[in-house]
Amino acid sequence: MSPEIAPLALHEQFANPEQQRETASLGMWIFIVSEMMLFGGLFVAYTVYRMYYPQAFTEGSADMDIVLGSVNTAVLICSSFTMALAVHSAQMGSRKLVNIFLLATMAIGCVFLVIKFTEYYKHYLDHKAPGVWFDSAAANPGKVELFFVFYFIMTMLHALHMFVGLGLLTFTLLRNLAGKITAEYYNTIEVTGLYWHFIDIIWVFLYAIFYIPGLHP
Amino acid sequence: MQAATSLVPKNYLTEKQGILSWLFTTDHKRIGILYTGSITAFFFLGGFFALLMRLELLTPETNLVQAETYNKLFTMHGIIMVWFFLIPSIPNTLGNFFIPMAIGAKDLAFPKLNLLSWYVFMLGAGITIYALCRGGVDTGWTFYTPFSTSYSTTYVVAAAIGILVNGFSSIATGLNFIVTIHKMRAPGLTWFRLPIFCWSMYATSMILVLATPVLAITLLMVAVERLAQVGIFDPALGGDPVLFQHMFWFYSHPAVYIMVLPGMAVVSEIIPAFSRKPLFGYKAVAFSSIAIAVLGFFVWGHHMFVAGTSVYSAMTFSLLSYFIAVPSAIKVFNWTATVYGGAVSWDTPMLYAVGFIGLFTIGGMTGLFLAALGLDVHVTDTYFVIAHFHYIMVGGTVMAYLGGVHYWWPKISGKMYPEGIARLSAATVFLGFNLTFFPQFILGYLGMPRRYAAYPPEFHMLNVLSTAGASILAVGYVMPLFYLLWSWKYGPAAGPNPWRATGLEWKTESPPPKHNFEVTPVVTYGAYDYEALKEELQLVS
Repeated sequence: MSPEIAPLALHEQFANPEQQRETASLGMWIFIVSEMMLFGGLFVAYTVYRMYYPQAFTEGSADMDIVLGSVNTAVLICSSFTMALAVHSAQMGSRKLVNIFLLATMAIGCVFLVIKFTEYYKHYLDHKAPGVWFDSAAANPGKVELFFVFYFIMTMLHALHMFVGLGLLTFTLLRNLAGKITAEYYNTIEVTGLYWHFIDIIWVFLYAIFYIPGLHP
Repeated sequence: MQAATSLVPKNYLTEKQGILSWLFTTDHKRIGILYTGSITAFFFLGGFFALLMRLELLTPETNLVQAETYNKLFTMHGIIMVWFFLIPSIPNTLGNFFIPMAIGAKDLAFPKLNLLSWYVFMLGAGITIYALCRGGVDTGWTFYTPFSTSYSTTYVVAAAIGILVNGFSSIATGLNFIVTIHKMRAPGLTWFRLPIFCWSMYATSMILVLATPVLAITLLMVAVERLAQVGIFDPALGGDPVLFQHMFWFYSHPAVYIMVLPGMAVVSEIIPAFSRKPLFGYKAVAFSSIAIAVLGFFVWGHHMFVAGTSVYSAMTFSLLSYFIAVPSAIKVFNWTATVYGGAVSWDTPMLYAVGFIGLFTIGGMTGLFLAALGLDVHVTDTYFVIAHFHYIMVGGTVMAYLGGVHYWWPKISGKMYPEGIARLSAATVFLGFNLTFFPQFILGYLGMPRRYAAYPPEFHMLNVLSTAGASILAVGYVMPLFYLLWSWKYGPAAGPNPWRATGLEWKTESPPPKHNFEVTPVVTYGAYDYEALKEELQLVS
């Protein structure tokens, strides 16, 4: 433990920096498990209704824009890559690279959200906004609406997590600018990275359940 | 020596003064006290609703309140008691205060998150109180669809959002406890030297972290369905109301164990301390906590035997519900074996603990009746169910909570409470409780349904008994409020270890200093080692 680091970073409840690092990491992992149960409830409900109404859910999925969805998936995976590079740079002790990769991650995250909200707007124009403006030429419009209800709840909950993630990235960036992230102490960026990767993984599953089923009706 | 007040060492209460030092504290002990104040207020609010219900049921006719009002009374009683008293009761007050002390830590792993959880709790409470002030909710605490989503005209969304917000406070607390117990233990404090209090709180936290998000998402879907008029759970629009019940009980059955495991945690501390013996079967008790937490996730279907689920699912859930009685019984037998042959002293905490064992056993056994498919069909939605879960939640959790508050009161306040009147109140609570709820078993078995403001005249006498019991119970609950607060100011000083109990929390001053221990303790023997403690105390004297 280098003497100039300890007073800067060690919180009073901990005995040493190693304990503090393990604690922060374990805390984020448990939070992620909890988040999995949050999304898990929605995945279960979606699965139940897809089993009830396979036809309607395929028709609903056919209304998705597979190109925008696929591009967005690629975009988000790129942001995970830059996030991983940011954590790696922090471990290497390069403040400048951390700044660059954090900004890149935030920018790519914003691109994702812009594409996502463009999609929402297109759904609205297509009269695919459940509860607001919904009609469908399908045989069973009510069941297709159910598909869109889950689509909106789950992707909007995901988008909310993206906004929280952008907030965390901003916080991490400010900590780095203030010199509080070093090769000896990089808890902040490490747990932010865990969270960011987690919401990326959630998206991969959302992509699979909402965009893929309509490809081969 | 109190020659000069400046020479008295500061404790967590005198460290800083003023209201802001409390509102911005990150000290787990002070946050525990903030929670205690909040949940005490909610306990008496929920209790007030219960008292109005019992008064209405004093006569067979509907005369004190209208049926609609009665529906709101039992709903708000349930919501407030479950989410704003029982769930946070022991974990967020005694757990917050004593987990770090029991493991020899300076604080929880995330002190700021701990304070945040209290603010989130109060925000959720505020939203729920708003729903209450706008006229309340009449769906029952279970929010069954499609009544809650399509037909009820009351403030369902506000109440659901209040509970959803409250859930995030639960998750924060559970997360904090898990990480704390993993990473913050004092040197030498191995897992099998931990007090059972920590094991049970760990099991509770597992459920808090895993089950609460499912409730949050279920209530979110209810709110979305109600606001957007879409048919997530509405059969008319293609939804499945039974799916709501599955998702609701996936949380709400484990939530029963969120409520009772902490009670078991407290009792496992009190019984050895007042029997002067190590806890019998330490490892069995420790692992039974974990077993209850895990099995608790696989029994939710027993709430839905009459909801039209398949008979095979019902049989499976019935069998699994029998299984969960095994770890519960292991605990009861081990507590009893601990008392056997011990040098028992009947101080107030012990009275509550023994009351807990008896009442929890009755509550647990009647739970087995309800897990039996044939009998369940007969008593579903009757007062038998009401009596059963009140034996667990009031006879179990509230008794343990009061026992724990008395047990640790000398540590929290530094003062002794008056023992005589405390014993009297424990006896009052025990008698009042049984008089209130035992007649309800009979009422339910005879067929009186729950959630009605009126009932046939042949049930009158048993209802009068129950209401009489409720008024006695109310007196028993109000008494500690007065004498505990009185003793905080006027009680005699307690000293570090008035019960001569094991456990690290008793090795520091009462009230403890801000960082709990002057020097981080090093643990050399297991919890409840009363022989080692005796030697230690003899060395000191």
